[in-house]
Amino acid sequence: MACFLVPAVEAVVTSAITRVVKTREKEEIVKLPAADGTSCEAVKIKFSQKLGWLNKLLIGGSGLLAFEHVWHGEVVPYFPFLTAVKNGETAGMLAEMGSAGVGMAVLVTAVWCGMVAVFSVMEKKTLDAASLQEGEKA
Amino acid sequence: MTLLTTVFAAIISTVIWYKGAPDSKMQVGALCWMYWGASLMWFIDAVFEYAELGAEYFAPAPLEMLNDLYLGLSVVALGLIIWLIILLVKDPKGVVKAALFRKK
Repeated sequence: MACFLVPAVEAVVTSAITRVVKTREKEEIVKLPAADGTSCEAVKIKFSQKLGWLNKLLIGGSGLLAFEHVWHGEVVPYFPFLTAVKNGETAGMLAEMGSAGVGMAVLVTAVWCGMVAVFSVMEKKTLDAASLQEGEKA
Repeated sequence: MTLLTTVFAAIISTVIWYKGAPDSKMQVGALCWMYWGASLMWFIDAVFEYAELGAEYFAPAPLEMLNDLYLGLSVVALGLIIWLIILLVKDPKGVVKAALFRKK
């Protein structure tokens, strides 16, 4: 009915958070081991960039889902835009938003959290290897 | 069927992105995020539908399946159009700029 609105609203919120985080962040440069045994400097991925992944997942997903709702006639280009509201099925629509819509937002956020956790472990491993190499050199 | 079509589109675009990474001149990453986002959301839709219909969910009527495939392909096409717009607006290779402004 209108489940895509929940992740769309989350996308608006996370986009605003991303903007705030972006202004407060500083570039973090780390030393990484190069293939030839030497080390090179690299810029660490910022948290705002990681938040950007969540935004893209939410915006892209809810955009394509909105198209599906137009396809099924659940979203119309005139007021009140939602067929469920026009037909007096607002309670049903809200219930669906609370179940499927919230489920969508939670799953996408959980997948993003998993991605960020995996990348953090990978980052930590690479940095540990680099510091170990530096220690061996010293 | 819509979920399956989008998942395949997401997998194919991710493979294409990985082949070209870390150079992202073709902006394929945008396509990956879009399709994966939609796939995750449709997965939840499928879970709720399965909870309602049970095993019947896996045996859709041929006409319904065809309609869902038609929708899935339309979604993939829409995603490609959005990606094309992003690519032309960002113009990482400077092709559009070069076409607009000819050198003297």
